[in-house]
Amino acid sequence: MDSAVQTINNLTIGFTSQKGKQISILKNISTTIKKGETVGIVGESGSGKSTLALAMMGYVKHGLYTISGECLFHSNNLLEMKNKDLENIRGRKIAMIPQNAGQSLTPNLKIGYQIDEALKLHTDLKKEERDKKISELLNKVRLPSPEIMAQRYPHELSGGQQQRVAVAMALAGNPELLLLDEPTTGLDVTTQAHVLELLNFIAKDTGTSMVYVSHDLGAIAQVSDRVIVMYSGEIVLDGPVRSILKNPIHPYTFGLLKSIPKLTSPGLPDSMSGSQPQPGTIKTGCSFYERCNLAEDKCKNNSPTLEYIDDLNTSVRCFKYKELINVKEANLDTVKSINNDVLQNEILDISKVSISYAKQKFIDQLLNKIDDSNPTVQDINININKGETLALVGESGSGKSTILKSIAGLLKTKDGMIKFDKDKVLSNDLKMRDPGFLRAIQLIFQNPDESLNPNHTVEEIVSQPLRLYFGLKGDELKQKIIEVLEKVRLGEFYLTRYPRQLSGGEKQRVAVARAFAAKPDIILCDEVTSALDVSVQAAVLNLLQELKEDFGTTYIFVSHDLAVVRAISDRVAVLYQGRLCEIGPSKNVYQLPSHPYTEVLLGAVLEPDPDVKPKLVAEDIVEEKPPEKGCSFQGRCPRILGDICKNEVPPWQIGENGNSIRCHIKVEDLKKQQNIN
Amino acid sequence: MTLEKEQKKNNLQKVFEVIKTMASKPSGLIGLSILLFHVILAITSPLYVPYDYKAIDPSLMLQAPSSEYWFGTDSLGRDVFTRTILGGRTALTVTFFGSLIALLWGGALGIFCGLVGGKIDDVVMRIIDAFLSIPWILAMLLIVSLLGTTTLVLIPALGFFYGKGIVRVARAATHDVIAKDFIVSARARGHSNLSIIWNEILPNVRDAIMVEGAMRWSWMLLGFSSLSFLGFGVSPPTPDWGLMISNARGLMSFAYWAVLAPIFGLSSLIIGINLTADAFAKALGIDRSTKAPV
Repeated sequence: MDSAVQTINNLTIGFTSQKGKQISILKNISTTIKKGETVGIVGESGSGKSTLALAMMGYVKHGLYTISGECLFHSNNLLEMKNKDLENIRGRKIAMIPQNAGQSLTPNLKIGYQIDEALKLHTDLKKEERDKKISELLNKVRLPSPEIMAQRYPHELSGGQQQRVAVAMALAGNPELLLLDEPTTGLDVTTQAHVLELLNFIAKDTGTSMVYVSHDLGAIAQVSDRVIVMYSGEIVLDGPVRSILKNPIHPYTFGLLKSIPKLTSPGLPDSMSGSQPQPGTIKTGCSFYERCNLAEDKCKNNSPTLEYIDDLNTSVRCFKYKELINVKEANLDTVKSINNDVLQNEILDISKVSISYAKQKFIDQLLNKIDDSNPTVQDINININKGETLALVGESGSGKSTILKSIAGLLKTKDGMIKFDKDKVLSNDLKMRDPGFLRAIQLIFQNPDESLNPNHTVEEIVSQPLRLYFGLKGDELKQKIIEVLEKVRLGEFYLTRYPRQLSGGEKQRVAVARAFAAKPDIILCDEVTSALDVSVQAAVLNLLQELKEDFGTTYIFVSHDLAVVRAISDRVAVLYQGRLCEIGPSKNVYQLPSHPYTEVLLGAVLEPDPDVKPKLVAEDIVEEKPPEKGCSFQGRCPRILGDICKNEVPPWQIGENGNSIRCHIKVEDLKKQQNIN
Repeated sequence: MTLEKEQKKNNLQKVFEVIKTMASKPSGLIGLSILLFHVILAITSPLYVPYDYKAIDPSLMLQAPSSEYWFGTDSLGRDVFTRTILGGRTALTVTFFGSLIALLWGGALGIFCGLVGGKIDDVVMRIIDAFLSIPWILAMLLIVSLLGTTTLVLIPALGFFYGKGIVRVARAATHDVIAKDFIVSARARGHSNLSIIWNEILPNVRDAIMVEGAMRWSWMLLGFSSLSFLGFGVSPPTPDWGLMISNARGLMSFAYWAVLAPIFGLSSLIIGINLTADAFAKALGIDRSTKAPV
């Protein structure tokens, strides 16, 4: 077990800036990957984790170069090898699994052919042997009926299946070291849990060493033996997974763990102030100095070195780690519980709403009717009270964003009605909507890179709603813009900045500012934190909650992340294939007994705790279309009763905790079944 | 300072910055210098031409270049140097305004089609396709022979024919931004189509359209000179490169100077515009080798 597969010594990688200055991206990295070990590399975007993973393959991105140090695979320095020699190592000895398998598979070649190519390149097997090996590999990554699968094209597989194929291809050469760059980011919750479970199995089964790069501490906790935490191009903490995640002795890791919302401790997580320094901006002292609570003068002027602590088997880069050694996990969970003034005053009434993406036939178009017996979203009934945060939860394809769009008027509903403020019916057509209603409902999007016009300054972005709805001009407008920006904790200083000059968190703040500038009654949040780093996510969640308390705004919050939803919402609606499964106060929905789908989702949540394993109850099949009749979840339900589920739409039942569950199984029976398991 | 004033200052700064970036590379610097040289020449040349451009003197027919007649004389005894430095004036004016018209109508229609999409887009684009299939020179000859060869006919006619390609570029650039969330956001806020075009789309497609317009300018120059060459552009005795090449081409074997000078004038201007357009595209961050369809 102890022989080293890869040893990295004092590796520094950087680039030369336009002014001719040498700037390091990785600073003095030294670590060893042992045989059979799974090492997780964690860090936020810009911490250098991907650069490190690529260096482990002997690859340095264009524009970067090795300043000093070496990267030894057994005893060969990969960074000095010729390309021809590297070809023999890559794929055969070291394989990589990329983040987005869908994009790394060639779209017009069959899966089997692509795996065969990898086999031809990395092994000396004959044709018949290779064919056998393909089935074997596909079996190993647990794809159903390998022979049929090998004949499919990448687009015919779901995201999770594509990722499995990528794993199979990486395994083709029997590598000693497997590098995984965010392999489960972008997959659905249940799929992610399944892929991680598969990786764990493969690590044990083949004895391959793995390096798992991710920003997601939940995923890292599930697969790693050892964790390396990176910050600003340096290793700040390196040790066994339990000691790192349960008793982090570096203030950055400590803060990071506190900023992750968890199912076990509901409420808003603490956020860390500031952001990671840009490469080249820190000259002396600790790179975490500006964000650190424990910092003192010593930290400003002297850089701490990576110190090995025998008792904990951990290396840490901090002068003051001793203060954190005795802080146990109980203190990690200092969360603020949310307390919204929910008035029993209905602000939005969604009744019997169905939405169809079906193309209208010419005659139907003339008659303005949509003929679709099986619409994407069907029969949604939700009442939303003033001041409430309602969350819509579900995997991709559950119709949660579709519902949001139809509330905003961007999509026409097929049936049903959306009423605002008790009796004002919102028109189906955006152009017919009263400007007052448009102002009252504002949207915040997932990715601020796309939702902010890249050619507008922050001032222009925030001025749009102010000019449109309030007709402000000149100094008055500018005053108001500054006022709104200060509300989201961005100062006047930001007025002339362009989005590209801002960090991810700052961009999302600008998007929030733009939504609040309209003085809306309802804000629709579409996955607003999923493109952000963990520490930034906590800050944005806290900001949204504060603004809500100040303005009494109602939020409709769409997310696939159950822990985030648990942290911010009062009520949760669980959706599957465009049909409601369960709805109720969030603390009740998150408790069993619940709808089987909620149970599946909750079981798949990855907590940043190596001792909490996900419970995989259902297969991670992806269904293309909702079933024609019966329960929407019949295809994947682990507790299916039989024909009744396939033929009849299940009734609503009031659950034990005051949540409504739509299932044929009686609540008492659900309770029994779910408690037994 | 009010918002508008600051905006103006910012825009002016941006223009300077773009020009500075363009001039920072040798090819951009050369292109800009050639273009600037031609523009200055076109504006100021009437002030210092050594001879009268239309003075015919049979005794001076086809003189070789000398210290008196730098580029020699043509078949009618006119000074070739005088006619060459004057010869770019009409071409530059006609094609500059022609490109401007092409840019305006092509850009506007392209953005409109990209935004509204659907049936209207289909119909308009098929009409554009139909026009693209007609050889422009034939259509130009028809227009010119019906309406005459005045600049007031040439500018809009060239502007129309060279705008068709810009429609496609503008439409494609609009399609790139139309699906982005900031457009969705503006729609959800209830902005009018016009406001969305002006505030959200135009800043994002402007660069691509302007670069395309700059490229069309050099093509139009070539096109205009071809018309002159065929006798449908500028009417004699007004000096024009295309016309000069056409008149002197029969005597090329023994009076090469009469052809060489206008050829040099025309090709240097085209190269200048092309290099400038390329540097312009690079300064704006558009890589013409991958983005703009040519």
